[in-house]
Amino acid sequence: MTVSPAPSRSVDEFEDEHVSASACPACIAAPSAEQMAKSGDIKGARIMLSLPTAHCAVCITDVERELMKQPGVKSARVNLTLKRASVDAEGDVEAAGLISALDRIGYEAHELDPGMLSATEADKRGRDLLMRIGVAGFAMMNIMMLSVAVWSGAEDTTRDLFHWISAAIAIPTTIFAAQPFFANAWAALRGGRLGMDVPISLAILLALGISLFETIHSGSHAYFEAATMLTFFLLVGRYLDYRTRAVARSAAEELAALEVPRATVLRDGVEAVVPVGELVPGDLIRVRPGGRIPADGEVIEGHSESDRSVLTGESLPVQVAPGMVLSAGEVNLTGPLTIRVTAAGKDSSLHRMADLVAMAESAKTKYTSLAERAARLYAPIVHLLSFSAFCAWAWVTGGDFRLAVNISAAVLIITCPCALGLAVPAVVTAASGKLFRKGLLIKDGTALERLAEVDTVVFDKTGTLTMGAPRPQNLSELSSEALSVAMALAEGSAHPLARALHDVAVGQGATPAMLEDLREVPGYGVEGRWQGQTVRLGRANWIGAEDGATTATHLGIGDAAPIAITFADSLRPGAEDAVAGLKAQGKQVWLVSGDVEGAVSELAARLGIENYRSGALPLEKAQLVNDLTHEGHRVLMVGDGLNDTAALAAAHVSVSPASALDAARTASDIVLLGKELAPVADAASIAVRARRRIKENFGISIVYNIIAVPLALVGLATPLMAALAMSASSITVSLNSLRLR
Amino acid sequence: MDALLYSIPISLLLGGIGLAAFWWSIKNRQYDDPKGDAERILSDEFDDRPKQD
Repeated sequence: MTVSPAPSRSVDEFEDEHVSASACPACIAAPSAEQMAKSGDIKGARIMLSLPTAHCAVCITDVERELMKQPGVKSARVNLTLKRASVDAEGDVEAAGLISALDRIGYEAHELDPGMLSATEADKRGRDLLMRIGVAGFAMMNIMMLSVAVWSGAEDTTRDLFHWISAAIAIPTTIFAAQPFFANAWAALRGGRLGMDVPISLAILLALGISLFETIHSGSHAYFEAATMLTFFLLVGRYLDYRTRAVARSAAEELAALEVPRATVLRDGVEAVVPVGELVPGDLIRVRPGGRIPADGEVIEGHSESDRSVLTGESLPVQVAPGMVLSAGEVNLTGPLTIRVTAAGKDSSLHRMADLVAMAESAKTKYTSLAERAARLYAPIVHLLSFSAFCAWAWVTGGDFRLAVNISAAVLIITCPCALGLAVPAVVTAASGKLFRKGLLIKDGTALERLAEVDTVVFDKTGTLTMGAPRPQNLSELSSEALSVAMALAEGSAHPLARALHDVAVGQGATPAMLEDLREVPGYGVEGRWQGQTVRLGRANWIGAEDGATTATHLGIGDAAPIAITFADSLRPGAEDAVAGLKAQGKQVWLVSGDVEGAVSELAARLGIENYRSGALPLEKAQLVNDLTHEGHRVLMVGDGLNDTAALAAAHVSVSPASALDAARTASDIVLLGKELAPVADAASIAVRARRRIKENFGISIVYNIIAVPLALVGLATPLMAALAMSASSITVSLNSLRLR
Repeated sequence: MDALLYSIPISLLLGGIGLAAFWWSIKNRQYDDPKGDAERILSDEFDDRPKQD
């Protein structure tokens, strides 16, 4: 759906009216050319489509060729890495048309909100880091070539010449390439902290300074290659870290961009589509069947049913009539509704819930990652070692400061955390790549570490363990006549129960009966005439039946006794595997739902979950998570609804499916991209393995230091040794991380 | 040792050309869609002439 310029103009005027009472009607009728051009600009600029199924060369050419065939399309380009197509088109091309064209040739496509994606389009930081890596790598290799000559015995003038050339390459290179470290170190020092970047910057600067001094005085040891090598390896670590975050962020942005939030506003009997953010209290909005209610409001006109499962977890829809108050986030099921907005944007219940999440998040104690803990230990130790080496040698030699500075610099260079800088990002990159292929998106780098510590898992029911989509249970009890009547009636409605009934009937090969006068009575059901009798499908009290405990629709044929067709929510694929897998890993599993006792206990029994709680309000869910945490458990919360968001934010780590509401996805650390739930169990075991690899990596770099540092302290370290220790430890750490793939 | 007078500038120049090529490729956004580029080479579509934008 694209905003068409004329109606959106009139809405702008409508907005203006709230500011100044004298909105000129002529402006509404004939918007100025300038404004027309402006709205045309927004519209004709570029259409972005998400192509989740594209995967090969044929897909690229098919999609591009098909898009180019559409009238008005100027160019189309598929990006397979991001699974997106960007289309440059004339102003009157609508995304919906392109999507249906692609659908015809068998490609699933969704419109993306380009505004949400702008940040990923210009990946400036990534390219900037890559450039610095390239420069540092070039310098490292060239200096190494010269250094090898020095190490293998170049002397006197030749050695000095080589040192001078090395200096000419190394100094500008480090000034350019090591900037990120200098900037971070400076920020840390100003904040009175000693981060990882302070010893790194100090080592790089000392190495350069000492080497330059030695070169001027024709000394034999210069550490130019060490300075550039340090910069290179540490930049690689930074880049990996950045990549993982950028990939996660761009996928998360894509999920957000998939929901183009628009509302249909009624103004003087004319409908206009506007962004939800522009709604103000008092606006009349129209919500079609199947649409999500964009703002809190009171129903003015229309009868329908509303699905509040994302707000409360209840799977049964609620009947809606004029005068009723609805909350943003509910889904309108059967009839069109006209609603007067009472609270929009920041004041709506959706946002109040989001505020609750923000509060829970700020109350959460900040998690200290393994890398941070390592850095906290590392920086003081290294500085102390280097400084005491300087003091000791200055005292022993009776004031030979040149030697003392040389040795303390060697200590700093050799202990410099190449391997430490790679230890975490290399593992996280490998692990999140592996999880991404399984359909899990890690939004936060420390989420993996936190996931590894989890011993209790809390699941939400509706929409998480179940699909949130009902399926008829007792169709086989219906006579074939009744089934064909039910099917024909179901065809006349967009109600989820009717749709599910129809789909299953089609699957069973039933044929619809011939009906006359088919009409939908919003809020009640569908009615028609069949062989002279009135037939109805809908609510129990409308047909004349008793309301049962389970979700059901009722079929009435003439005066015969009504038949109840019961529905149950279908399990999310992989739900059984996920629960069984987590239990096999020795984790305690809970089920918490806002739904009624019967539905919850039945599902718990089916999946073998002993601990469950039903009828839980949003705050009770969060309370349960907090209680478990106070008992000393580390809780993983898996949920999708608004009623889960507080619990998601309160948990040690949280997962939500891609179908979840935006607020729930924002509150969670990991997003399930596919329909399958089974990867949750895999993720837990991969996280444990990833943490083991990180610890091994720390072990490896400590072992290298234990060997190299004493040599440096007694003054036996040479630039060759420093280079060997640095590259060998970095490479072993990277290889160890790759074992995870 | 005269060889050094030629070989060192030459090696630096060659390395510099590599660096310049790398710089160009980054500025020209050659790494935006590595997966797509790997697949595009298999398609006949772009064989005769570069795709027009």
